[in-house]
Amino acid sequence: MKDRPNTETPILQVSGLKKYFPVRRGFFQRISGWIHAVDGVDLSVPPGETLGLVGESGCGKSTVARTVLRLLDPEAGSIRFDGEEISDLTEAELKPVRRKMQIVFQDPYGSLNPRMTVGQSIAEGLRAFGIRSAAKRQSRTAELLEMVGLSADSAERFPHEFSGGQRQRVGIARALSVEPELVICDEPISALDVSIQAQIINLLKDLQERLGLSYLFISHDLNVVGYLCDRVAVMYAGKIMEEAPAMALFEDPRHPYTRKLLSAIPEPDPSRKSRAAEALQGEPEAEPRPEAAPEGCPFLSACEDRDASCEHLEDALYPVAEGHLVRCPKASGKVDSA
Amino acid sequence: MASTEDNAGTPLLSVEDLRVYFHGDDTVSRAVDGIDFTVGPRETVCLVGESGCGKTVSALAVLGLIPTPPGRIVSGRIVFAGTDLAKMEEEELRKIRGNRIAMVFQEPLTSLNPVFTIEDQISEAIRIHHPMSEEALRRRCVELLGDVGISSPEDRLSDYPHQLSGGQRQRVMIAMALACDPELIIADEPTTALDVTVQSQILMLFSSIQLRRSMSILYITHDLGVVAGVADRVYVMYAGIIVEQAGTVQLFGSAKHPYTQGLLASLPSRSRRGQRLYSIPGSVPNPARKPSGCPFHPRCGHAIASCRTEYPPMCDYGQGHFARCPVLFESAGRKVPR
Repeated sequence: MKDRPNTETPILQVSGLKKYFPVRRGFFQRISGWIHAVDGVDLSVPPGETLGLVGESGCGKSTVARTVLRLLDPEAGSIRFDGEEISDLTEAELKPVRRKMQIVFQDPYGSLNPRMTVGQSIAEGLRAFGIRSAAKRQSRTAELLEMVGLSADSAERFPHEFSGGQRQRVGIARALSVEPELVICDEPISALDVSIQAQIINLLKDLQERLGLSYLFISHDLNVVGYLCDRVAVMYAGKIMEEAPAMALFEDPRHPYTRKLLSAIPEPDPSRKSRAAEALQGEPEAEPRPEAAPEGCPFLSACEDRDASCEHLEDALYPVAEGHLVRCPKASGKVDSA
Repeated sequence: MASTEDNAGTPLLSVEDLRVYFHGDDTVSRAVDGIDFTVGPRETVCLVGESGCGKTVSALAVLGLIPTPPGRIVSGRIVFAGTDLAKMEEEELRKIRGNRIAMVFQEPLTSLNPVFTIEDQISEAIRIHHPMSEEALRRRCVELLGDVGISSPEDRLSDYPHQLSGGQRQRVMIAMALACDPELIIADEPTTALDVTVQSQILMLFSSIQLRRSMSILYITHDLGVVAGVADRVYVMYAGIIVEQAGTVQLFGSAKHPYTQGLLASLPSRSRRGQRLYSIPGSVPNPARKPSGCPFHPRCGHAIASCRTEYPPMCDYGQGHFARCPVLFESAGRKVPR
C-alpha cells in the first residue's frame, strides 16, 4: 500500500462510461425502454494499486468490468488502457490489449472447461500468447501452477478433482498465463468457504507484490475491500456515489448510501450488535430503478437527508478532501449530519 | 433476546448424540457424527460452520426431512417440548412441522411456488394446521405480511413471487413460517442470497419478531459476522461434530478451539490492513474420508501424536463454554477428563 498519491499514468482510466441495455416488451419484442446499467462512470487504477468497486447486486459493477474488457461495447465514454484509447478498437486491434487485461470470475467451476485438464486450460492462454512449442507451454504451465500454490502435476487433473479454493487458484493461474498488467477480480472469493478466503486473499496480495499487478477488485464484501484495496469507489444504480482512499471511506463516509452500506456490514464483534440495531430500525426497503433513470439523485427515495433540491441534482461529484469525491452537494460540506 | 442464564431450565429443543449417515455405492458419509445441542425458550442459537460440516443436515434431521435413502438417522434423540421427534411416525411429525417448528430456507425464490399468489401460499400454510373461514384466512395473511414489514399488505396478496424483490420474498417466507405461531424457527442461511443492506433488515426483523412473540430461533450460517449480530449462544461445527460451544461474547472474545481461533484470525477487515491474514492450511475433509482421531488434526498447528488416534473429549471451561481440544485445555493448566 502506498503512502503518497500515485502520479504515474494510470494503467486504466475510464471516463464517462455508459452502457445501456434495451428492455423489450410484447410479442414483437419491441424496445420499450433502456436500463442504464452503467451511467457515466469515471474510474482510475494507478499501476500496482488496487481499486475496489463496491455495491449491491444490480448496481452495475460487473457490467463495468465487462465493458472495460470490451466484452460489451460501451454506449459512450472513454476507456484508456496504459494511455491508449481502447473503446473504439476493432476485435483484431483489441487482441494485443486483451492479453494485458485479464479477469478472474466468482465461480471458477463455471469458467473452466470440465472436459479439459487444468493444464490444457492454462496452455490455451499460452498458445494465444504465441508460445508455439508444446514443451515450453508445459514448463510455463508448471511454473504458473506453482506460482499460485498448486503442485505442477495438478496440470494432469480435471476441474472436478479440485476443491473450490484450488479451482480459484487455477482461475488465477490461467489469468496470469498471458502476463497481464491489470487483473479484474469479479467477486473472486464470494463463493469460497471462510477458511479458504484468506488463502486466496493472501495469494492475490503476494502476486501483486511479485508481479507488480494492478487490480480492479469488484466485491460486495466491505470487510475484504477494507482490507485489500488502496482506493474504493461505491456504486449505486449505475453511478459512482463516492470515491476515496480506503481508510478515508471507512472512517469518514460522506454519502448517505455509503453510510447505510457501512452500517450494514456484519462484523464479527458482538459488542456492535445493539448499535447496528439502532441504525437500521424501521428503514424502508427501497430499490433503485435503473430503468427510470430519474433526473434527481438515484438514491433519493431511500435517503433520510433528502430535500427538494435532491430532485434536480447536477450530475457531478463534489470534492470533500484530497482524492475524496462524493455525489451529494450536501454531504460534501463540512457539516456532519450523522 | 434471552440471556444464557435463562436456559438453566428445560430446553425447548434438545438434540443428543445425533448421527446422520449417507450411504453411497461403496462409501458411507458420516455427515453428522454424534452431536449434542440445545435451544432454550426465547433463545437464539447459531450452528456455524463451513460447507459440508453437517449444519444443514442437523437441521433437516430435527424436522424429519432427511432424504431416506440415501440418508439415515443412525442414532440420537431429538427431544422437542418433551417428546422425541426421532421416534415419531411421519403422520404425527407432520402436525409439528410447519406448526410448532417452522423453517426458513436460503433461497426464497426456489421455496416459493411461482404459479401461486402470495395469499395462496400463506393461507395454505395456515389451513393445513388450523382450518378457518376464507375471510379469517385473508385477515390473518394481511396481519402476517404487516408483521414482517411488507408495506400495504392488502395490495400484495395477489402478487406472484416474481413480482417481489429478494428481500420481500424472504419476508414472505418468514410470514409463512410465522403463520402458525411456532415455538421454534429453524432458519438455514436465510440471508446468504441477499444484499448486505437487505440482510441487516432481515436480521433485524428476526430479532424484533422474536421479542414480540417470544420464540426460539435456531440459526444456521457460515457467516461469523451474522453470528455476532444475532446469537445468544453458538455451536461451531467441523466435519460433522461440534468442536466448540459458548455464549457469543465468550466465543468471539476467547475462542478455545484451534479451528474457531483460525477462522476468527483469518477474517479480513480494515483493522488488519498491511498485515498478512492468517489462513488455515489445507481444506475441509471429504465426509466419506474423514481423518481418524480429531478430524481437524491435519490442518491444526497444535496437533500432537495422540490427536491422530484419539477422538478428542469435550473440555469444560465453565460458564457453558466447551471446546473439543484437550491439547489447548491442558496447556491452559487444566486436567483433561478421561
